[in-house]
Amino acid sequence: MTAAAQTATYREALREALADAMRADGDVIVMGEEVGLYGGAYGVTKDLIGEFGAARVLDTPISEAGIVGVAVGAAMTGLRPVAEIMYVDFAGLVMDQLGNQAAKIRYMFGGQTGVPMVLRTQGGTGRSAAAQHSQSLESWFAHVPGLRVVMPATVNDAYHLLRQALTKPDPVVFIEHKALYVSKGTLDKDKPDAPWGAPVLRRAGGDAVIVAYSRMVHEALAAAETLAERGVEAAVWDLRCLNPMDLDPILESVRACGRAAVVTESCLTGGFAAELSAQISEHCFDRLEEPVIRIAGEDVPIPVAPDLEAASIPTPGLIADAMAWLVSREAPAWA
Amino acid sequence: MAKSPAAATSKKGAAKKAPRSKSAKPNVDVDQLKQDYRMMLLIRRFEEKAGQLYGMGLIGGFCHLYIGQEAVVTGVQGSATGDDGVITSYRDHGHMLACGLDPKGVMAELTGREGGLSKGKGGSMHMFSKEKNFYGGHGIVGAQVPLGAGMAFAYKYRGQDRVSLTYIGDGAMNQGQVYESFNMAALWKLPVVFIVENNQYAMGTSAERHSASGLSLCNRGASYGIPGVEVDGMDVMAVREAAADAIAHCRAGKGPIILEMMTYRYRGHSMSDPAKYRSKDEVNEMRSQRDPIESVRKVLLEGGYATEEDLKAVDKEIKAIVAEAADFSQKSPEPDPSELYTDVLVDA
Repeated sequence: MTAAAQTATYREALREALADAMRADGDVIVMGEEVGLYGGAYGVTKDLIGEFGAARVLDTPISEAGIVGVAVGAAMTGLRPVAEIMYVDFAGLVMDQLGNQAAKIRYMFGGQTGVPMVLRTQGGTGRSAAAQHSQSLESWFAHVPGLRVVMPATVNDAYHLLRQALTKPDPVVFIEHKALYVSKGTLDKDKPDAPWGAPVLRRAGGDAVIVAYSRMVHEALAAAETLAERGVEAAVWDLRCLNPMDLDPILESVRACGRAAVVTESCLTGGFAAELSAQISEHCFDRLEEPVIRIAGEDVPIPVAPDLEAASIPTPGLIADAMAWLVSREAPAWA
Repeated sequence: MAKSPAAATSKKGAAKKAPRSKSAKPNVDVDQLKQDYRMMLLIRRFEEKAGQLYGMGLIGGFCHLYIGQEAVVTGVQGSATGDDGVITSYRDHGHMLACGLDPKGVMAELTGREGGLSKGKGGSMHMFSKEKNFYGGHGIVGAQVPLGAGMAFAYKYRGQDRVSLTYIGDGAMNQGQVYESFNMAALWKLPVVFIVENNQYAMGTSAERHSASGLSLCNRGASYGIPGVEVDGMDVMAVREAAADAIAHCRAGKGPIILEMMTYRYRGHSMSDPAKYRSKDEVNEMRSQRDPIESVRKVLLEGGYATEEDLKAVDKEIKAIVAEAADFSQKSPEPDPSELYTDVLVDA
């Protein structure tokens, strides 16, 4: 920690990152629905219009495909637009521009140009926002070569990953979590938690490894606390960058203890947990004592009732129970 | 058949300017017309050669020829400066030649070679040139339109005196993104000319069968306050004049404008299209009576601006350029396997 360290919320850290990037680089602009006068649906862009003006903090019509398309075109000329899509659930409207244009332009034009834009959005449960405003759709983006996908879990990462995203020559999909906006932590503008791309060990432990990202890092840490009381020490890795990702430090950690679980809020089938599980299994097969397990969201649309909503995603209790089973069981799962 | 471009010389909708037609032209700018003749001929011969190479199996995948539509891009680019940005869809070979991209690099991209403008990774539909402000080359129908608005946004944001020339096919005029772009372009008064190349067919579906508004696509911006002008897209002089006015409109800070170029494609949608949705007579009538190159040739000869010998010399010069491009496109090596993973993502 340096002298610059302060306590901040995740939302404030994001806002600071945008403001600092805009102060440093006149090519950075923010555009999206309600980002200006309204200050952002979740308040991330609050007051930016006052400092930077309406030409740089651009309120747009409700036209998600158009917003991202305009950002792609502007980015091709060298601007650095931060396009905000209010909910990740609106991905269906922007996937053409993101997946077919933004992600492909560098490659299909033989490397002559890139699309240095950031798409900021937020997802996840926790606010009874129901089936069309609560999803975790990171695997949609992570499946497209040419996109970088990051999901910050902490206040410091919210700031630094966004600042770093705004130096990348290619599009970055930056997915925040709606339940984390009010979370508090230490923001040290001089000290990122790790370089871009690298995972961060949030808690050390020698009995088993938990890999998570975004909000599930906190659920995993809470589970690890409970596990410690039961005599089980679980390491918790925060992946941070989903694609491209650097799994090597995690693989090393898994090889040392032979047991690993992957935790995601996104639903189980076809999800990013499957990718992580497959990679860990392929690379650590000889050292695994147990199969890698996926602890993921239920395969249901997210319901609105708070009890049902809470039951649709992994909880610290569920994670702890699954990990306890993983380290205590003697016979393999299939026996 | 769809409405004949021959009849398409009157203004429509919010257009404010006088009707244009060849007869309304006070003078013929001979040098300009000769330049246009040369460019249209280059595009035609290039496309004919591309068709041949496709037939020989040297070009794979998609190949959408521009034959018949040459006057549109020639006239528009003839009125633009090199600083103006250009973006279009997948029927893009003519646009690249008109923007001054190297025919050798274009043809070698069609054959998927290392010497292609996209190093053999983009092909017929995907090329780019920073130097020429050509932004592609896009394969998703209508998706280039918001990008064109974004280019205009950047020009305006930086206070540059540049215009975005955004080409759209008639089929793309039924994509939602196009109207999101119209709204934003009008709302923010972006310097963008939307050039609708109405070649009468969205793949195999005629304009009458795909557009509720019938045949006046230039009116589609009216509810956003975007003026629209219908232009005879088979007449390069009419195109030049309309484009010059439209570009001036943008430079004057008046926001976007739509030009609907009534044109016609002689060949199928792509090389794999036998074009059974229209009659041979329809195509032949267009070719024989409305050909954009023949009509300029006639003006040049009948006006005494050029002799048969002069035009033969142009033919010969173009033939050599195209032959050189075709030769290069076959001699350039295929990309090295190591190129597979380059330019997916790069580091800052």
